[in-house]
Amino acid sequence: MSASMRIVNGKVYDPANNVDGEIKEICIENGKVVDSVSDEASIVDAQGMVVMPGGIDIHCHIAGPKVNAARKLQPEDHRHDVHPGTPFTRSGSGGTTPSTFATGYRYATLGYTTAMEAAVTPIGARHTLEEFHDTPIIDKGFYVLLGNNIFLQNLIREKRMEEFDQAVAWWVSSTKAYTVKLVNPGGDEPWKGKRNSNVSDIDEKTDEDLSPRQIIEAFIKTVNKQGYPHPPHIHCNNLGHSGNYRTTLETMKTAGDMRAHIAHIQFHSYGGELGKNPISKAAEIAEYVNSHPNITCDVGQVMFGKSTIMTADAPLAYVLKGHSKGKWVNVDTECESGCGILPFTYQEHIYMHTLQWAIGLELFLLSEDPWRIILSTDHPNGGSFMAYPKLIKLLMDEKFRHEEMKRVNQKALLKCSLPELKREYTLNEIAIITRAGPAKALGLKSKGHLGTGADADITIYDVMDDKEMMFSAPRYVIKSGHMIIENHEFKTDFTGKLLHITPEYDKKIEEIVQPFFENYYSIEFSNYAVDDRYLHDHEIIQTGINKV
Amino acid sequence: MANENENIKIVENATCTFCGCVCDDMELHVDLNEKRITKAKNACVLGRAWFAEHTIEDAPAAMIDGEEVSVDEAIEEAAQTLVNAKFPITYGLSDTTCEAQRQAVAISDYIKGNIDTTTSVCHGPSGLAFQGVGESTSTLGEVKNRADLVIYWGGNPAESHPRHFGRYAVTPKGMFTPNGKKDRTVVLVDVRKTKSAPVADIFIKPIPGKDFEVLWALRALVKGSKLSSNIEEETGVPLETLSDLAERMKNCRFGVLFFGMGLTMTRGRHFNSGALLALATDLNEYTHFVAKPVRGHGNVTGADNVVSWQTGYPFGVNFSRGYPRFNPGEFTTVDTLSNGDADAALIIASDPGSNFPKKAIEHLKNIPVITLDTKNTDTTKLSHVAFRTATYGINTTGTVYRMDDVPITLRSAFDSPFPDDETILTSIKKRVHELVLAKHYAGGASGEAKVAAINPL
Amino acid sequence: MTDKMMLIPGRSSKQGTSLNKGKLKDEYKEVTSTLEMNKDDMDKRGLVDGDKVRMWNEIGETIVSCIGKKPEDLSTGLLFIPYGPPSSQLMASDTAGTGMPLSKHMMVEIEKVK
Repeated sequence: MSASMRIVNGKVYDPANNVDGEIKEICIENGKVVDSVSDEASIVDAQGMVVMPGGIDIHCHIAGPKVNAARKLQPEDHRHDVHPGTPFTRSGSGGTTPSTFATGYRYATLGYTTAMEAAVTPIGARHTLEEFHDTPIIDKGFYVLLGNNIFLQNLIREKRMEEFDQAVAWWVSSTKAYTVKLVNPGGDEPWKGKRNSNVSDIDEKTDEDLSPRQIIEAFIKTVNKQGYPHPPHIHCNNLGHSGNYRTTLETMKTAGDMRAHIAHIQFHSYGGELGKNPISKAAEIAEYVNSHPNITCDVGQVMFGKSTIMTADAPLAYVLKGHSKGKWVNVDTECESGCGILPFTYQEHIYMHTLQWAIGLELFLLSEDPWRIILSTDHPNGGSFMAYPKLIKLLMDEKFRHEEMKRVNQKALLKCSLPELKREYTLNEIAIITRAGPAKALGLKSKGHLGTGADADITIYDVMDDKEMMFSAPRYVIKSGHMIIENHEFKTDFTGKLLHITPEYDKKIEEIVQPFFENYYSIEFSNYAVDDRYLHDHEIIQTGINKV
Repeated sequence: MANENENIKIVENATCTFCGCVCDDMELHVDLNEKRITKAKNACVLGRAWFAEHTIEDAPAAMIDGEEVSVDEAIEEAAQTLVNAKFPITYGLSDTTCEAQRQAVAISDYIKGNIDTTTSVCHGPSGLAFQGVGESTSTLGEVKNRADLVIYWGGNPAESHPRHFGRYAVTPKGMFTPNGKKDRTVVLVDVRKTKSAPVADIFIKPIPGKDFEVLWALRALVKGSKLSSNIEEETGVPLETLSDLAERMKNCRFGVLFFGMGLTMTRGRHFNSGALLALATDLNEYTHFVAKPVRGHGNVTGADNVVSWQTGYPFGVNFSRGYPRFNPGEFTTVDTLSNGDADAALIIASDPGSNFPKKAIEHLKNIPVITLDTKNTDTTKLSHVAFRTATYGINTTGTVYRMDDVPITLRSAFDSPFPDDETILTSIKKRVHELVLAKHYAGGASGEAKVAAINPL
Repeated sequence: MTDKMMLIPGRSSKQGTSLNKGKLKDEYKEVTSTLEMNKDDMDKRGLVDGDKVRMWNEIGETIVSCIGKKPEDLSTGLLFIPYGPPSSQLMASDTAGTGMPLSKHMMVEIEKVK
C-alpha cells in the first residue's frame, strides 16, 4: 500500500537534475516520483524545509558474519545505547554495531534509505541475506569478497582468463551480490599459511608468481568487460601503514582508464616511513582522483570516539590489537577470506588519530568533483554512521571545524593542510556526496535523484543553522512512497528490498569449480549457491550497460 | 532423482541436523508411501538414528491440557497466555530453523518477555568468555586444509560428534595436509579416557576440575615463564608433558583447539573457556592458531546468531523495559525458573523438563507452558498447550548454522501432516502483535486501521 | 561407605541414538539410568555389574544401576552417567551469575540398594 502524495513548498536539492534549492513540487505515486498526481493525493507541506533524495551509504558494515560476531563480542557497546520499540517498530540495541532493526531505523532517522554492506564472504552470503530481511526501512545490497579466493587466484596464476571471467560472474550471481570486493588482495595466504605474515607491496610475489597487482588488474578487467553497475570495490594493500599512498596510487594506476572504486581512501593516504608516524598525502591522492574520472572513492572519515574495527584484512586487525591490547577476534574462512574484529577508540590527543581525522577532511575539501569523493566513515571502522550529521557540519561550517581543531593533537595538524582549507560545502554539494554521487557510482539509476521515475525515497529536513542538528532529525522520511517518519515519529514499518546483480555466465564453469570445491571446501557444492528463497523483496540491477 | 521403485525418492546432499557438525552430504532414501527414511548414506550412528526414528507418529497436532484441539484454538490460547503473563519466557530454539528462531524473538519483543536458548546450558560460558577475550577461530574447512596440530579439550567427539574426526579435523586430506592424519598430531585432554582416545597421538588426563590450572600453566610456558615443580601435584599433568605440548603448539604451522562441555559445565565455567581462548590468542604471536567450541545441537549456533542480530546479545535477553537487556544469571532460563520469576513459558524444540536442575523443573510444573516439539518429552507432558511440529531438515527446509557459523539450507525429504515451527510461531506472533496493539489503542477504531496499515516484517 | 565421589554426566552414543527413538521410551530411560564406575571402587563396595545403587547429594537422590569400567579409563572416585532425568535430580540450580548450573563434577554419595 503506497498512497499518492504531493510535497509542496519545499526547497528541493536534486543535483542529478540540476535542481539547486528551487521551490518545487514533488509528486509520488506507487512508490515512484511522477509528473503529477490527482487532487486526492495527500499534501506534505514542506514550507521552510529542504527536500532531498534519501541518503545512500556506499560503504558500511551492517550485516553478516563479521558484523554479528562484533555484536556478540561487545555487550558493553550496546547497553548504554538502548533502542526501544514502538507499537510499529521492533526494539533493538545500538552502539557502534547496532542490532539489525536498530540499524535500519537509525539510518532512516538520518534520512538514509539505502546502504551497501561492503564485505561479505561468499559462504556468508546466506547469513547476510537473512540479516537484511530483518533490517527494516532501507534498501540494501552487499559486495562479495573475491580478492583472496584461492580458486580464482589459481586461474589468474595459470592465465585462464576466459574461465576467470565466467567464475567471477558465477560467484557474484550465486551469492546475490552487488559487485566484487577486493580486500588486501594476496594477503590472506601469508596470514593463514605463513605464521601471520602479510604482503607489503603491490608487486610482491606472494607465492609462485602472483602479485596483488595481477589480482587487482584481473578483477578490474573482468568487471569492466561485463559492465557491472558498480566497479570492483577495492580495499588496497597496506591499509593504515605510513607511506601507503604509493600503494594507493599504484592501485589506481593499475585501473588505467577503467572504472574502479577505492574504499575508505583516507586510510590509504599516508606518507612517511613504514614504522614511523605518518604525514598527510591527501593532496597527492586527491589530485589523482580529481584528474581521473574513471575513479570513484569513499572517504572513510575517522570520527573521534568509540568505533569497532571489522575487516577482512586480518593482518591489519592484528597490528591494531597490538595497540589496543584488548580483546580480538580472528576468523579464517576456508579458501575465501580472513577477518579481524576489535573494539577501538579514536582519541583527539593521539597524533595518528588526529592525522587520520584531518586527512579525511582534507580529502573532502580538496575534492574538485564531489560526485566521486563520497561520504562514508567505513562504519563502524572510522566511526558510526550516526556521526554523519556531525561530519556534514564539519564540512559545511569552517568556524566549527576550527573550534574542533583546537581540541586535537596540534603536532598532527602541522603535518597536513587542514588548517589552511577555507572551503565550506553547500547543501547542493552535501546532496551530491550523500545522495547523487553514491547513486551514480553504484549505477542506481532510480536512486539519488527526484526526477520522474525515481524511487520515492525522500527526506525532508527543517532548515537549521546547526547542520548537525538539521541532518540528525529529518521531519519526514518517505521510503518507496511510504510515509515512514512523520513529524519525527515512526508511522509504519517497512522491510525494504535487496539490490543485486545477475551477471551471465556459461554453466560449464560449475564443472570446473566443483572438483576444487569437493577437495577443499567443507560443505557440498550443491549447497553453496544461495537460492531465491533468501531474496525477500528484491531488485535486479542491470549488468552490461556500462560495458567497455 | 527417481528410482526403480516409484515410491522411493532419493534426496542428495541433504543435511543432518542432529549435532553441530551439520553434515550436508547425506543421501537419503525416502519411502514416500510409508513416509519414512529407509537409508541415510554417509550418516554416522547418531545421524542414522535421527533419520530412521523421525517418522510420522499418530498424534494430535495440538493439545490443551492433554485434550486434542484444533491448531487455531491452540494458537489463540498460546497467544492469550503469553500476552497475559507478567514475565513470560521463551526457551529452547537449538533444534529448529533460523526462520523459526526469528519469529520466536519477535514474539518475545512484542510481549516484552524474556528469551534464552539452550546455549545458556551448553557453551553459554564460552559465549561469556568470547565477550571477555575474543577468539581466534576458523571455519572447519580451514582445519581440514591446514591444521597440523589438532587438540580436543574436554569433549568426546567419538560419541557426541562422530564425524568430526573423519569429515573435518583429523583424517580428511586437505590443501596443505595431503596425507590426512599422517600430516597431523592429535592431542586429547580429558579427565576420562573416552572412546575418543584411540584417535589421539597424545592423551593427557588432568585431575577433574583442574582444567583452568592446566591451561594457565600452558599460557605461562608458551610465554617462556618457569613453572613451579609442584604443577603435577596440582593438576595431575607432569611438567614434561606440559612443556612438550607448549612447544608443539608454538612450532606447528596451523594449530586448533577444539573444546567441549568438559570446560563449560565444570568449576570455573567461563574462566575455563576464557583461558583456552586466551591461550589460542597468545599462540598467534608465534604461529597461526585457532580455537573453536564444539557445539552440540544442530542449530544452536543459528540461535546464537539470530538472537544476536535481532537484540545485540547472544542469549539471556529480557525485553521487559521495551528494549533488550542482557544479564546471564538473571535472564538465563535456569535462573528465571529456579528463582520463580517466570509465570509462563514458550518452549521450542527443547526438553528442560528432563534436563534442567530439579528446582527449575519444579517451577516449570507450576506455570502454564506452551511447547513445540516433534515428539513427546517430559516437557510436553507437563505443558498447557502442546503443538506437535514437523522435523526440521526431514520435513522442512530452512536455514541452519554449523558450529563454525557456516549457514546451510536444508532439504526436505518428505511432508509431514504437522505444521512446522515457523508456521506455528508466525501465527502466534501475528496474534500476539494484534493483542498488544489492541491494548495500545484500547477501544479506538483508529487502532484497527493502523494495525492494518502495517507492513509486517 | 559414605565417602563422596565425583559424578560426571555427559553424552554417549547410545544416549544419542535412543533419544531419537523417544525420550519417554524404555531404552532412553535405561541408558540414562546406567552409572559407570571404576571397577576397584565397585569391588570395595561389594557391587557387581547390574546392581542398583542409590545416589544422593544435598539436592536430591536417584536410583540407578551400575556397571564397571577399567581403572585406566575411569579413575578411582569418578562416576560417569549419560545425562538425563536421573542426573537432573542431583543438579543444583545455582548458576553463579552465568546461566550455567554445575552440570558436571557433582559430589555425590552412593550406596547399594538392597
